[in-house]
Amino acid sequence: MKTTHRRGLRRLVVATAAVTAASLLLAACGGSDDSGGGDQPQASPDAVNAALEKGGTITYWSWTPSAEAQVKAFEKEYPNVKVNYVNAGTGNDQYTKLQNVIKAGSGAPDVAQIEYQALPQFALPGSLVDLRQYGFDTFASAYTPSTWTAVHAGDGLFGLPQDSGPMALFYNKEVFDKYGIAIPKTWDEYVAAAKKLHAADPKKFITNDTGDAGFATSMIWQAGGKPFSTNGKAVTINLADAGTQKWTGVWNQLVTGGLVASIPGWSDEWFKALGDGTIATLAIGAWMPGVLESSVKGGTGKWRVAPLPTYDGQPATAENGGSTQSVLKQSANPALAAGFVRWLNHDGGVKPFLESGGFPSTTADLKDPAFVDKKSPYFGGQQINQVLTGAAGSVVKDWSYLPFQLYANSIFGDTVGKAYQSKSDLNPGLKAWQDALVSYGNQQGFQTNG
Amino acid sequence: MSTTTSPLRPRRSPLLTGLMLLYLVYTLVPLLWLFLSATKTQDDLLSSPGLWFGKSFALFGNISDTLTYNDGIFLRWLGNTLLYVVVGAGGATLLATAAGYGLAKYRFAGRRAVFAVLLGAVAVPGTALAVPTFLMFSNLGLTNTVWAIIIPSLVSPFGLYLMWVYATDAVPHDLLEAARIDGAGEIRIFFTVALRLLAPGIVTVLLFAVVSTWNNYFLPLIMLSKPNLYPLTVGLTQWSNQATGVGARPIYNLVITGSLLTIVPLVVAFLLLQRFWQSGLSAGSVKQ
Repeated sequence: MKTTHRRGLRRLVVATAAVTAASLLLAACGGSDDSGGGDQPQASPDAVNAALEKGGTITYWSWTPSAEAQVKAFEKEYPNVKVNYVNAGTGNDQYTKLQNVIKAGSGAPDVAQIEYQALPQFALPGSLVDLRQYGFDTFASAYTPSTWTAVHAGDGLFGLPQDSGPMALFYNKEVFDKYGIAIPKTWDEYVAAAKKLHAADPKKFITNDTGDAGFATSMIWQAGGKPFSTNGKAVTINLADAGTQKWTGVWNQLVTGGLVASIPGWSDEWFKALGDGTIATLAIGAWMPGVLESSVKGGTGKWRVAPLPTYDGQPATAENGGSTQSVLKQSANPALAAGFVRWLNHDGGVKPFLESGGFPSTTADLKDPAFVDKKSPYFGGQQINQVLTGAAGSVVKDWSYLPFQLYANSIFGDTVGKAYQSKSDLNPGLKAWQDALVSYGNQQGFQTNG
Repeated sequence: MSTTTSPLRPRRSPLLTGLMLLYLVYTLVPLLWLFLSATKTQDDLLSSPGLWFGKSFALFGNISDTLTYNDGIFLRWLGNTLLYVVVGAGGATLLATAAGYGLAKYRFAGRRAVFAVLLGAVAVPGTALAVPTFLMFSNLGLTNTVWAIIIPSLVSPFGLYLMWVYATDAVPHDLLEAARIDGAGEIRIFFTVALRLLAPGIVTVLLFAVVSTWNNYFLPLIMLSKPNLYPLTVGLTQWSNQATGVGARPIYNLVITGSLLTIVPLVVAFLLLQRFWQSGLSAGSVKQ
């Protein structure tokens, strides 16, 4: 159907973007010339305040639903500043454009939304402004540790966290009650629940998974795996470490047993399956309630939230999704752009973001009783944020993505995806993924070991 | 192909008829699905079978939502597509016609070289050239303008090749000689004599150019980052991808209705120009 077609197309786009990114990396190795910056005003917190007062025009690329409302509120507060808001596409569509304009040396926005997993790919080649020069490193305590780590690459600080996605277990209580399934606390219990459910009704599945790189990396993260590490130009990839194998030990049982639905995430079929009980649980980021409420009307009153199952019963989770706003090196007015980012994710912009259903990365909002104790009618009156904010505090530390994660994700389907298709052991697939990534990394000028 | 005359009443073959019917179903079912889906609300879309109507008949509501969503950006995309098609495909047809005629009817040094380059150009898919073209246009400051779409659309190697082949047979040398003896200039001969003879070929090339410009996706995706300049293809993809990830807002009903609206003009163009197209397709297949 059209989803598969779209995936193919998207892969082509990502591959093209990756080629562009590669030449970008090489160009960056050749020497950091001024990519359009010109004479920049002296960088300091004062420079940011002065730039906001003085005003000017900046361009902002984002696909966040609240972006338009945020820009309006910002312009009201700083009447001298004009923000050209552009929705240049969701995720990969935007990255393709971003990488092209970076390569071309002109046409980049001043501020762009970038997902955490994509940040190293833009930050390490030097396409983003290090915000430490504006004193933003003093904001550390305002954000959760996991998102604060995610906006760093190397030593630099390349954005402020917009949101976070600590994973939790969303489950369909109606289905659980009907088949007498208890909320699984460990992954072993989860596998048992999957078997019980599918045996009771072969049309129902514990979850769906057709091979999604974002999900797999988050699950490896939760299991304590650290498959990717980058130190300067040295990249190490080990997709057979203890944590990764812990995850495949569980997930293999589901995949080889045919216990997960072959429904691609985010397809119309998926939205349908979330509403009619075909998919009974989702291990996904804390931003999911907004999506369920607005787009899975059929699930009203049925869904609940529980902590993500773990391997030993002790709380542990990972981030899944989430974005930062970053300032591009090409910006002619980086101080003003930084001021906009500060407002968006540290000051006035947070409230409109949360009102549109986003999940915060700011510790103050995560502790705010009005947020934490809010009862959600969609979730049958459950105080879901108590679970979700709890998850935000138990994210496993020291995870990092590859400096070519977008490319890596685009070939996940060709390597690990095959194991999903044939319902076989995921480990050889992960090995194939690793081999492909090692040779790709070496072609890109990294010293890659696997 | 053989030049023997075919019998006036060929025998019916049940096998071929069956295959044709099968192909007809294969071709029409997606269109049927598209139409039926366009009559459903977002909720119905997710809760009713694909090849039948949903609980409600929301086609007109969907159409008006599609046309008004996001301040009516769909109409803007439609206008953009029309602009790119009229100027890009129209210009491509004109250029291909003039060049094809010139190559077919004049003897000059380098014709063979042009032929080789042309064949090479037909073989290279436009998608492969999109990123280099982007970098070139970026240096010229033309990205994010309508010219970034129109200028590459003006070049149609396949159209040129088709016109070349067609003009070789369709315009007799003797006729051109006669016109020259009567004192007509070359430009005048092209516009008053050749163009009329070439009409079926022109329609064929025009149809090909219209379809490829109408469906052009990758080039505008790369070239444009302002949604105001998007053609329908890129705009609809953006709507479709809106259903993904953090803050997902699926509007599949609008994507589907938009797709239906997008193909209607093409279907109409095909039905109207079909006759010319058929006579154009067989051009050059039979030596007269």
